Formats: sequence, C-alpha cells, structure tokens
Amino acid sequence: MEPSLARYIWTHTKKQQLWILMIVVLSMIPYFMSFDLPKLIINGPIQGSGFEQPGATQPFMRLHYSLPFIGEVQFFSGFQLDRKATLFALSLVFLLLVVINGLFKLYINTYKGRLGERMLRRIRFDLVDRVLRFPPFYFKRVKSAEVATMVKDEVEPLGGFIGDAFVQPVLLGGQALTAMLFIVVQNFWLGMIAAGIVAIQIVLIPRMRRRLIVLGRERQLTARALSGRVGEIVDGIGAVHVHDTSNYERADIAARLGLIFKIRFDLYQWKFMVKFLNNFLAQVTPFLFYMIGGYLVIQGRLDVGQLVAVIGAYKDLPGPMKELIDWDQARQDIQVKYQQVVEQFTVDRLIAPRIGVLTTDDPDPMTKPLSAIGLSIADDGGAMLLDRVSLQIKPGETVALVSTATGGAEALAEAFGRLNWPDSGKVASGADDLLELPEAVTGRRMSYASSDVFLFQASLRDNLLYGLKHAPLTSVPYDGAAADQHRWNMQEARLSGNPDLDIHSDWINYASAGATGPHDLFEAVRRVLDAVVLSRDILDLGLRSSADLTRHAELARRIVELRAALRTRLEHEGLSGLVVPFEPGAYNKEATIGQNLLFGAAAGPELADRALAANPYFASVLRQAGLDRTLYEMGMEIAEQAIELFADLPPDHQFFQQLAFMSAEEIPTYETLLQRLKNRPHEAVSENDRAMIVTLSFAYIEPRHRFGLLSDELMSKIVAARNLFYKNLPPELQNAIERYDPAKYIAAATVMDNVLFGRLGSNHPDAPDRIRSIVYDILDELGLYAELLDVGLDFNVGSGGRRLTSGQRQKLDVARALLKRPDFLILNRPLSALDQRMQDKVLRNVLEEARRDGHSSAIVWVVTNPAMGMMFDRVIVFASGKLVEDGTPETLLAGNGTFKELLS
Amino acid sequence: MLLKDEVAMLQRVPLFSAIEPTKLKLLAFTSDRVSYSAGQILFRQGDEGDAAYVILSGRADILVDSDSGPIKVAELEPNSIVGEIAILCNSSRTATVRAASPLEALRISKDHFLRLMREFPEMTIEILRVLADRLSHTTADLIDARSAK
Repeated sequence: MEPSLARYIWTHTKKQQLWILMIVVLSMIPYFMSFDLPKLIINGPIQGSGFEQPGATQPFMRLHYSLPFIGEVQFFSGFQLDRKATLFALSLVFLLLVVINGLFKLYINTYKGRLGERMLRRIRFDLVDRVLRFPPFYFKRVKSAEVATMVKDEVEPLGGFIGDAFVQPVLLGGQALTAMLFIVVQNFWLGMIAAGIVAIQIVLIPRMRRRLIVLGRERQLTARALSGRVGEIVDGIGAVHVHDTSNYERADIAARLGLIFKIRFDLYQWKFMVKFLNNFLAQVTPFLFYMIGGYLVIQGRLDVGQLVAVIGAYKDLPGPMKELIDWDQARQDIQVKYQQVVEQFTVDRLIAPRIGVLTTDDPDPMTKPLSAIGLSIADDGGAMLLDRVSLQIKPGETVALVSTATGGAEALAEAFGRLNWPDSGKVASGADDLLELPEAVTGRRMSYASSDVFLFQASLRDNLLYGLKHAPLTSVPYDGAAADQHRWNMQEARLSGNPDLDIHSDWINYASAGATGPHDLFEAVRRVLDAVVLSRDILDLGLRSSADLTRHAELARRIVELRAALRTRLEHEGLSGLVVPFEPGAYNKEATIGQNLLFGAAAGPELADRALAANPYFASVLRQAGLDRTLYEMGMEIAEQAIELFADLPPDHQFFQQLAFMSAEEIPTYETLLQRLKNRPHEAVSENDRAMIVTLSFAYIEPRHRFGLLSDELMSKIVAARNLFYKNLPPELQNAIERYDPAKYIAAATVMDNVLFGRLGSNHPDAPDRIRSIVYDILDELGLYAELLDVGLDFNVGSGGRRLTSGQRQKLDVARALLKRPDFLILNRPLSALDQRMQDKVLRNVLEEARRDGHSSAIVWVVTNPAMGMMFDRVIVFASGKLVEDGTPETLLAGNGTFKELLS
Repeated sequence: MLLKDEVAMLQRVPLFSAIEPTKLKLLAFTSDRVSYSAGQILFRQGDEGDAAYVILSGRADILVDSDSGPIKVAELEPNSIVGEIAILCNSSRTATVRAASPLEALRISKDHFLRLMREFPEMTIEILRVLADRLSHTTADLIDARSAK
C-alpha cells in the first residue's frame, strides 16, 4: 500500500481536491469584501465623511477601474444615495455578504465531508481486500480483533481529515493571510505586531506538540493490543474458567488499562498546556492593539475606523491560525496512524488480485491429475513437515493418506487445499502450478474440509450453501424508490473504488450442486445431509424451533391433518395415554394451571411468565371467575411446601432443577413473604404480594408435583375462567396471545408442540423418544419431512458455530464440501470428533455419494485410523514427512511395511 | 397417589424406614412418578444402571437371561426397592425387571440418590445397615447351603 498518506489521498482525489480548492479561492473574494465593508460603513454614513453638506449624495455601486494604457474606465456610474440611504444600502450589502460567505462555507463543508467519507470507505475496503489476499501463514501471527480494530477504529479519523487534507491549509492560510494583509494595509506596525505573535505561535506550538504525537502513537498501539486481548478472552473463555485464571486475566486487563490511562492522562495534560499557551498568545495581541493602536489614534496617525477594522480583522486571525496549527497536528497524527496501519497491512507474498478475480462462468472440470512435485513444507519452527514428496492423484481415484504421528499427511492435504504454501517444490494440476490457478477454478472444482471447522454466525442453510456463492448470478429487478436507491448505491460504490456487486443477487450456483434452481436444490442438500448422517440432528432442531410461517406455510396449512394423523397413530398403537391433547372445553391435567387458564401461547411480554399474574385484566378475570382466592391459597400452600422441602439446601443444589415454582434465589424472599402474609385475611394483602403468591400456582401440574391441590370443581372453574378471559379480551391484548385452536397453527410455539397439540404424560419415562420417532414417521408419510428439515436449516449456528456440537460442525463442513460435487475432494481428518463407528459410516456414505449419477470425484482423505484405508482404491503412507508406501490396500497389506504395522 | 402417600410408602421400605419424613418428602418430590403397563420393561440386564425404582403399586418380575431364555428369579411387591445395587456399585444391571401387572413406581435417579446419601449421613448409615444385614443373611444362607451338602 502507498506509504505516504498525502500521496494516497492525492492519487485518488486530485480532481475533487482541485475543484474544492478553486471554490475556496473563489470564496475568498466575498470574504475579503466583508472585511472592508465595516470601515466603509463607519467612516462613511456613520461618521459622515463625504456627507458633510446636508443633502449630499455619494455614488453607490460605481464600477470603475484604472486599466493600463487606457486609464480610468467607468463601467457604471452608480446610484446617487444620501447619507441614510447609503447606510442602509451598505448594511444590506454586508448582510448579503454574510449570506454568501455562509453558503460558500456550507458547500465547502458538505463537499469535504463527502470526499472524506468516500476515502474512508475506500481505505476500509482496501484494507479488508488485503486481508482477503494475505498469504495463509500470515494469519498465524495476527489477532483477529486487532485487525478488526484497525479497519474499524484506527482509520476512522482519516475520513474526517481527508476532506481537509489540502483544502484546510489553503482555506485557513488564505483567511489568515487575508486578515494579515488587511491589517498590514491599514497600518504597517500593527501588522508587524500581529505577524510577530503569529510567528511565535507557528514556531513554538508544533514543537510542543511533538510529544503529543509520540503519546498518540503509544495510545494507538496499547488500545489495539487491548482489543486483541479482549478478543482472546472471549475466544478462550473456556480455558479461562477451566484453569481458574479469570483473576489473572483481570490483573492483565487492569494493568493494560492502567497503562492506557497513564498515556491518555499525559496526553490530556499536554494538550491543555498547549491550549493555554496558544490562547494566551492570541489574547495578548488585542492588548497590544488597544494600547499601541489607541496611542496612534490619539496621535492622529490612525483613524478610529481603521482601528476598529484592524481589531475586527484580528478577531478573524487567531481562529484560522489555531485551526491551521490544529490541522498540522492532525496531519502528523493521522500520518502516524496511517503508517501504523499500512505497516500492518504490508505483507510479502500477497495473493495476486487475478487469483481472486470474479468469474461468473463456470470453469471447465479439472481433468488433469493433481500432483505434488518435490514438495517440502516446514512449520514455523523450521521442522520439516514434508520432505521432498512427489506423488500424483489421478481424477476419479480414491486415496487414503495414512500417517504416523509425525507423518505429514495433513500438511500435504493442506497444500492441496492451498492453505499451506510450499517452501520448495510445488503442487500442480497437470502442468499448472496450483497456486497460480484462479480461485474460480480451485474453489469450484476442488473442495476441502478439515477437523478445524469455521462456521459463520448464520443459519445452517446459509453455512451449507456458503460453498456455492462464487458470483452474483441474477440481476435483481428494482423499481421505484428501490431502483433509485440501488443506482445511488452502485454509483457511490464505484466512486469509492468499491466493487459494484449486488449482495442481494442470487449468488448460489445451483448447477454445481447438480440442481437447476431453488426448487430442486433441496434434493441435493438432503442427499449430502443424509450422507454425513446429519439429517436426524437437523430434524430434531426443526422440531424444537418455531417455524417461520412466511417460509413454511405448508406446515401451517396441513397442521390439522398432522394432528389427526398423530392421534390415529397413537390410538392404533395403543399409546393414547402418552399424550394428553388440548381440548377447548376441558382441563389438561399434564399442563400447568397457567397454561390451562390461558389456553394459548403468549406472543408478547404482556402475558408471558411472571407478568401474567400481575396483568390487571387477567387478575380481574380471576376475580370474576371466583378463582382469585382459591389460587392465592393454593400459592400459599405451594410456597409452604417448597420452602419446607428446599429451605435447607444450598442455592446451587441440583435439586433446584426440579423446583418449577421459584428459583433458589427467590426462596428467602418467599420465606419472609410467607411469614408476613400468614394469618392475614386475603382482602388485606396488597396487589403486588397477591400476584407474587398467585403466580406460584400457575406452574403447578398435579401429576408431576403431587401436592393434591387440584379438585374437579377447581378444574371446571379454571375452564370457565379461560372462556371468560377470551370473551372480553381487550384490544390491546389481542396480539399478546395466540389461542390454542385445534384447527390452527400456533406461530409462537415450536413445531413439536404444534404437532402434539397437548402435553406428554409425565409418568412415561420414554415418552419423548417414542413420540419423536412417531412424529418423524408421520411427517414422512405426509410428505412433510423435507419441510421439517427446512425448518431445522433455519437454526442459527451461533458465533463460530458454537451452538452445534463439534461433531455436528465437522459433519456440516463435509456436507458443504460434498455439495458442490468437486473433481477433487480433499478431506483432512474431517471427522475427528466422531467415534470410529460413525466415522466409518460417514466414510462409506461419502464414497458412495461422490460416485452418484456417473459423477466421479477423486477423494483424498487423511484418515484418523489406518483401518479406514481398506475402503479406498489406494493407500499412501507417510512417516517423518516422507512418503514410505504407496499402493492398493491389498498389496500393502501383503507386504511387511509400515501400513501393516500400523494396522496391527 | 399424592406426595404424602408416597412418603408413607417410602417409610415402609426398610432402606428408608429410619429416615426423617421431611427428607423422604424431598426424595419423593425430586423423583419421577412413572407408570408401566403389564409386560413393559423397567430396565434390561446389561443396561447401565441410572436409577433405582420403588414399587408403589402392582407387581414386577425379576428375570435373568440364561441359555434357555429368561428365567424368573423373584417377584417384586409394593414397598420394595429394586436397582439400588447397580447405582451404588456403578455396575450394569444384573437382571431384567418387567412389569407383571399395571405398575406404579417412583424412579429415583442415580445422581439424586448419591447426592442424598452424601448430604444425609443418617440415611447412608441406614442403607449401610440394611446392606450389611443382607450380607450377613447371605453369608448365613451360604453356610447353610454348604453344611447341607
């Protein structure tokens, strides 16, 4: 990257800088005129010079110039105005100039702002673009949070500065010079005084500010290191807790913050010291003006108008001067920041732009063999991972790479995946160096998956299809305001040197997954998920999440059919007791009292959980139904029982998981509440306390908790209260609840709850498993299996995919690699988190899947267990970075080499 | 059956008879009530032992696998506990238990059982006493069997 900031700015913005310079110069004319005018107003109409005779007039707006050779030329003789009229006219001109100056300022500032923002956008993009082109080994040394903070925070001030880079010195210098010139014209000596003070400022202040720059650089480096450390703590939080090192981390952060504080406080002190001096110098000048200028006026060598104008003009001098000095400091500061960032982003062996160039058309298949030629790779410490290895993988061949502990098979796989660059020798496709091929070829015709999986924080679907998003393939039609916005977006992108690719286009390359469009892509997705044995997990996720009904309308449409099918099936198998269905007119014993009262899913905070008992409308319904007292007494009983059972246990006791009514922390609160409310009549209890107690009863399930608190009478009262609740439901609560309706899908509930439309009996320990497999059967029968899988694919995998288990992440990575049906599939210990039985199963499926439809991918698989090698066409054995055996598994087994030794 | 009835039942189980009722109530509350129909299996021989069961009502058969199929070795009646050995010894189930009639039981999970033992020494001592009692009976039986030969 360009090391000099000034040159970087100049290269990209010269036209705009020249234009704005021109405008600035132009703006100087009215600016200067507005200095001269006060003198004219005071000396002329106010003091009366030229209007000595009553009724005297002066020409106004007379245009005359003395030109060389021609002499005085008059273009316009002007209006003749008397003293008052001249005062008004001149004052109006003054007002006009104020407006013109203001408009110039507005235009210049807006233009500069836009220029700066565009440059900021360009520089940020350039930086990220370079990150995308860093060679792989570089990432072993940088912390991601530090790179992020450089791109985000450290270049931020550049945006503000860039607009001012050339304009500010010209504008401010021009203003200062104009003011200075004006003062000198009025009176030479006053001018010299001002110039002297300015000279002191120019020499002294930047010297004092050098220290500020040094401190500024330290501040930048320490802050960057801090964000690197914070990022590390977040990523390594597991290690912190496992080793009880949180206090070590606290100490480290506190030490860093202390250092940053010291630097910042130093900066602060210096800054205000400099400010004080600067202000003092600026204030001293008027003092001299009053004294010396006043003296000159008394002596008659200067008129009052001149002195006022000089003082007026001087008011405009320290401002620009100070800003000019500020600009100079900002320039040095920004230059330092820029260099710091550029140094970090200047890396040897950057990937050439042509490697990553956008290619819309699919490249031809790789029909030539993949080979390593005299390939050597060393690790960071200099140890040889691979030592002059030469081999060739033919298209369509399946190869197992077997390796002793220090074998080097992984390094070879990484070299094929272009993640580890050769120290000598090369990896090649046919005669072409693999590293010289564009990613459009290697990224589409080859796939790589390893045990070290990275998933983006997005849905499972997005992560799975990520490997197909190479180029925008459709142009999105925009109309109306959206079209204008799109045009503007694209134009601005181009002006900032950003690519004008549309992120909203469809980037998915369906053809490479063997599909023709979104409608049949799902088949391919399902096949690869089945191959890696991930479908069941995703179905489970689907059952446990609530479906997005805009996408899965089919589920909602056929919910009645589904529920009916489940009932029939359960009856058929004699399992009706497993599920107690919700019926609008009946009490569901397996559901809580709260659920029975509401008979719906809370869709907003108003009626959810603890808010329910406190809701005024709900409380009034309970009163009307004659339940308020009963439920209060029930709550008291539950509180007593719970406290009796749990009061002696420490708060972190695992038994608290069984206590649905209150948390361990709430026990003391309820203990005091119980003591206070005991023997107090129901009417004398405050609303708040009543809600606290009543809410306990809402979590009660008779068969589970077995306190014997539920009578038939109470149940029928609760059902009556339910109907009452819905009868008069106020409009503001209409959207806070979704009533259970046997014929309707409940958007706020999970798919499982929707299909069950009831509660599992609590006294069947294996009920959840049995129901789940029955539900899958039914979904398959009704053709809704794919729909549920699709709901599961909406699951957000969390930061770095951490909401999935490591086994699931690895399976997903393999599925992603399989999906694009590559010519060469490189798998580097891809399933290390799974047990051997599962690895074997996935291996068999993958080998089969890669052969589907006459397609034949070559597979290079670094196996975790040598026995897996038996399933491949060819086995290559590595020991100490050297290729030691190569052949079919049968021949290697027949020999007496390393492979046989590893197997036994 | 309510919690307090379950407590009364538990008190009749020799293993728990000397334990305070409030502790038994906690044990009952944190355990699951499970029901089985006749012929359903509570656990199988060879499974990992994860819970003990107290039979509240109904009967169950204890079966042991043999070459000629499962042999019934004993019958369980209400108030008896089954499966406690496997959770104490961390071993797998030594027999299969099958409901012989509709069965109600209290399922005490291994974690809860061990936790209770750790927290209430009086209960642990009681369990030890019952186990020692059983051992001395078994020893006496063995001596009888040997001398009868």
